[in-house]
Amino acid sequence: MKKLIGLVIKDILKNKVILIYTLFLAAFGWSVFGLESSTAKGALSLFNIILLSVPLVSIIFANIYIYNSKEFIELLVSQPIKRSTIWNSIFIGLLIAINLAFLIGIGIPVMVFTPDTIGFSVILTGLFIGSIFTSLAMMSSIIAKDKARGIGVSIMIWLFLSLIYDGLLLFFMFQFSDYPIEKLMVLFSSLNPIDLARIQMLLQIDVSALMGYTGAIFKKFFGNFYGYLITIGLLMVWIIVPYLISLRKFNKKDL
Amino acid sequence: MIELRDISKNFGLTHALNHVNLKLGGEQCIGLIGPNACGKTTMIKSILSIVVPTKGDILIEGKSIKNDVSYKAAIGYMPQIGRYPENMTIGQVVDMIKSIRNSHEPLDEELWRAFELEGMKDKKMHTLSGGTIQKVSATIAFMFNPKILILDEPTAGLDPLASEILRDKIKKERKNGKLIMITSHLLNELNDVLSHIVFMEEGKIVFYKDIESLLEETGQPSISKAISHLLKNLKA
Repeated sequence: MKKLIGLVIKDILKNKVILIYTLFLAAFGWSVFGLESSTAKGALSLFNIILLSVPLVSIIFANIYIYNSKEFIELLVSQPIKRSTIWNSIFIGLLIAINLAFLIGIGIPVMVFTPDTIGFSVILTGLFIGSIFTSLAMMSSIIAKDKARGIGVSIMIWLFLSLIYDGLLLFFMFQFSDYPIEKLMVLFSSLNPIDLARIQMLLQIDVSALMGYTGAIFKKFFGNFYGYLITIGLLMVWIIVPYLISLRKFNKKDL
Repeated sequence: MIELRDISKNFGLTHALNHVNLKLGGEQCIGLIGPNACGKTTMIKSILSIVVPTKGDILIEGKSIKNDVSYKAAIGYMPQIGRYPENMTIGQVVDMIKSIRNSHEPLDEELWRAFELEGMKDKKMHTLSGGTIQKVSATIAFMFNPKILILDEPTAGLDPLASEILRDKIKKERKNGKLIMITSHLLNELNDVLSHIVFMEEGKIVFYKDIESLLEETGQPSISKAISHLLKNLKA
């Protein structure tokens, strides 16, 4: 397994896309703090960029990589290696590469400018989001047969989780604003990993007071230690479940 | 050594394999023959669990292949169309397989030398011609001295010289007591290689015979004549 992970990482690093991605993140990471007056504001702007770009790049890059490794997978399956070992190695290799790019690109500037809990949460949520969308890419690439469809499904997942879901949530909130839906809002927001990450971040920098009653409910639910644990737990579920679905499918797939 | 028990495989509505039962063993060189789309490649891929059968079980040396992949160490497989990671060189691909197999037995590098791959070691896979890719596939299949060799259209795409080398190698390995399974449409090339024939049609096995009795029953002088005789009779 170690050998295979090594091969996958070596193969990914040969790919220039991951280097460009690292440079892109680094460019944002170093410039945003220079543009904003306070480091907390800088961290928040950076966080918004991360929430938009990291999911998209992770899911598309991982998806394309998996489709391009088709031959590699076919070759390995005829050798005495378990299918789950092959799939695990690809997943772990991708996780390491994508998160390493993030750590180098964003982690270093954040640690230089805001080496505190805010900076730490920016990095942690970025790592979670990258891992979640890699896991979703594993799932979409096994569900869709060809590359074009797989990338289509990936873009739909990204679009849904980062834009459409929030739109629907807002629509729902305005339609039912006369009813006590705050608790439901907590539930619905926690079903979307991007929302979860955003809420956790907003609570860290204490702007939830600006969000009115819902913000107070959010603060009450997510702001304490258990809320933090629940958030981490839910984000873990978002990494593990799509991956396990893909692994199950891969074990039964005709290659 | 290879036993297929009631294997079925459906691709949507098509039955690529339809309740196939087959037991192969001993020092045989089996030709897997049949018209296009009769399920030959699917059968081979099922044995390697590249394709997962819908129903049935396959036993290699008495053990079911369902939850154990170690049996693949005893199989050398040469695919019909070898597909390799494009940006790896021949040398890297072979080294990778070596490190994955991690075999402590001496390697059989006869084909590596005979096909003169050493000189092309640093060429990337996507720059290779179909014939060279076949040579790489054949080299990898024979390299680890497997007890079972499964060759899917081995000589298709090889030049006469290379296919001569490969045929000689197959004959040699047969003498070494290996079970060899070949699918091919180029029957004339395999006249002096095969010992048995498995004839398939529409996902079923029509017969499994040795060459002598096949020639005797059809009254034909060669395998290819005997098979075309049978095919004509099937259509009639």
